[in-house]
Amino acid sequence: MTTNFVIEGLKATIEGKEILKGINLEMKGGEIHAIMGPNGTGKSTLASALMGHPKYEVTDGTVTLDGEDVLDMAVDERARAGLFLAMQYPSEIAGVTNSDFLRSAINARRGEGNEISLIKFIRQMEGKMKELDMNPEFAHRYLNEGFSGGEKKRNEILQMMLLDPKIVVLDEIDSGLDIDALKIVAEGVNAMKSEDRGFLIITHYQRLLNYITPDYVHVMMQGRIVKSGGPELAQRLEAEGYDWVKAELGITDETVGQEA
Amino acid sequence: MTTQTILPVESEALRALSESNNEPGWLTEQRLEALKLASELALPKLEKQKIERWSISEYGTYKADAAISSLEEVPSSIKELVQDQAEGSLVIQRNSGAVYSKLSTDLAAQGVIFTDLATAVREHADLVKPYLNTAVKADEHSIAALHAALWNGGVFLYVPKNVNIEVPLQAVLLTDDASATFAPHVLVVAEANSSVTYVDNYVSGELSAPVFHNGVVEVFVKSGAKVRFATVHQLNVNVTDVSFRRAVLENDSSIEWIVGEMNNGDTASNTMSVLKGNGSTSDSKVIAVGSGSQKINYTTEARHFGKNTPSQMITRAVMREEASAIINGITKIEKGATRADGQQTEKVLMLSPKARGDANPILLIDEDDVTAGHAASVGQVNAEQIHYLMSRGINRTDAERLIIYGFLAPVVADIPLEALRTQLQSLIEKKLGQ
Repeated sequence: MTTNFVIEGLKATIEGKEILKGINLEMKGGEIHAIMGPNGTGKSTLASALMGHPKYEVTDGTVTLDGEDVLDMAVDERARAGLFLAMQYPSEIAGVTNSDFLRSAINARRGEGNEISLIKFIRQMEGKMKELDMNPEFAHRYLNEGFSGGEKKRNEILQMMLLDPKIVVLDEIDSGLDIDALKIVAEGVNAMKSEDRGFLIITHYQRLLNYITPDYVHVMMQGRIVKSGGPELAQRLEAEGYDWVKAELGITDETVGQEA
Repeated sequence: MTTQTILPVESEALRALSESNNEPGWLTEQRLEALKLASELALPKLEKQKIERWSISEYGTYKADAAISSLEEVPSSIKELVQDQAEGSLVIQRNSGAVYSKLSTDLAAQGVIFTDLATAVREHADLVKPYLNTAVKADEHSIAALHAALWNGGVFLYVPKNVNIEVPLQAVLLTDDASATFAPHVLVVAEANSSVTYVDNYVSGELSAPVFHNGVVEVFVKSGAKVRFATVHQLNVNVTDVSFRRAVLENDSSIEWIVGEMNNGDTASNTMSVLKGNGSTSDSKVIAVGSGSQKINYTTEARHFGKNTPSQMITRAVMREEASAIINGITKIEKGATRADGQQTEKVLMLSPKARGDANPILLIDEDDVTAGHAASVGQVNAEQIHYLMSRGINRTDAERLIIYGFLAPVVADIPLEALRTQLQSLIEKKLGQ
């Protein structure tokens, strides 16, 4: 059965302020969706709410992954069900090595009694690190501690590759990346394309989409998806900006409080 | 000064005990003098805690346990600790006195002395007397005075000039009779250009009533000598542990303290290096886990008198349940200690809303030409970090465990003795209830 991810009427608040005002989106395995929009329109809130960040409260709507109620799951259960969020600001955790963390995460996904062997794990990790052009010493460094912005983003992609999720949400994965790193990250994503896997790419620049071609492009404003189209929509946004969308829809202020 | 110190023993009884143990006259007099001081002195002051409310009067009486001839006979509470030690150098104290003492013939041939202190005062008075109670003095406060009056068993380690010992010497100090005084005194003298590693464990067996451990450690590091002193306290909830550890460093000597505070009862400890000599160095690492309703007060201290003296102090403590800890780091640089460098870090991680932690870095500097630094932090497990780990499928319990071990790991990883590192890891797991 191919992956099916459905968001319906999703509303979420932070500290009582409504940021998501009813998001509808359906994704299938093999599809790449891009969510674009200026800063402050609720894009990152959508990513965080899908993963279950404790700061956000979902007040209405449903999210299902292959028919399972995602919103009813704890954060770790969502991950084990196949949801992956590459974060805009990954945490730094001193004292926990990257490889210990990755192995714990893989084993959590595989379940007790089915742990990955150390040799196999190391082989996988080293192979993927090479694909991402990461220095092997990063395996032994503490998780994200002292990593540059670009190194953190690559480390997110490394996790995505090793965890083999069904639905991947990339939250501003392109921010802080130079063009070479951007290409490497895009190659990593493209290499992970599969019939069973859907991608939701959140960005406010079109440049990432030069390297990853989306099947669908959605524009977010005021906490809603206000326009959807194919890849040509992203190109028009790159060329003309967002003003024409606002004019077309009669929007003067596209933001919805804070971008978080 | 008037105090309410109730002496645990009459002077006549103390004299009789000292004599019946065949102690030299100077020691009997020293004990009696200290007992008199105890009645006049106040308790030590603990930062923000009231030691007078702790169980610090349960001294019991002197009780000698029968010696054991082989390690097969040790009580089960310490079996695991000593199982591989049949060939090594080891001293075991049980309650008020030593029950086992062994030094490898190779080290004995090099002039090394490693025995219990009670034996050493009889057999090596010339080497003990100049040092005993000179680093931690009886007149500092009533607990130090009572220690000087009542100490028993203990360890004496003497390393002659130029002797370098590779293999760690070990001691186990066990209290398993609540009616017995437990007040070991550890005395280490490392002569010029010698080097040694000493590791001890404070352990308790089943205790039917509270016990007060009043312990002192004195380490004398002569010119160019290196001492690594590791101590792990894993006393149970019935034991109140007050320990004063002090090293006196001469020119170009060094001390490395490794302290594992894994007790379950109230604990106050002070670990101090006195950097007397030029070019002397001190490094202390304290790893602690507090649990239950423990009251805890850890102080690390470096006093710089010599020039060119670097000191480094690190304390990392995890507090769970209702444990409450005050953690002090004191760097004192005296006038004239030019180019001294004192660095310290205290970090506390609290795992429950009822746990308390307080880190106090204190720099007291009377010289201009020095460098010094401190960092202190007290905090809860970070919710963002937990979320991040959970977002990768790791459950909350495992996520917390990773963060807690991660908090202690940088210090544990730095412990140079593998066996000790492994032992501390398993004690940490035990104390964290996993």
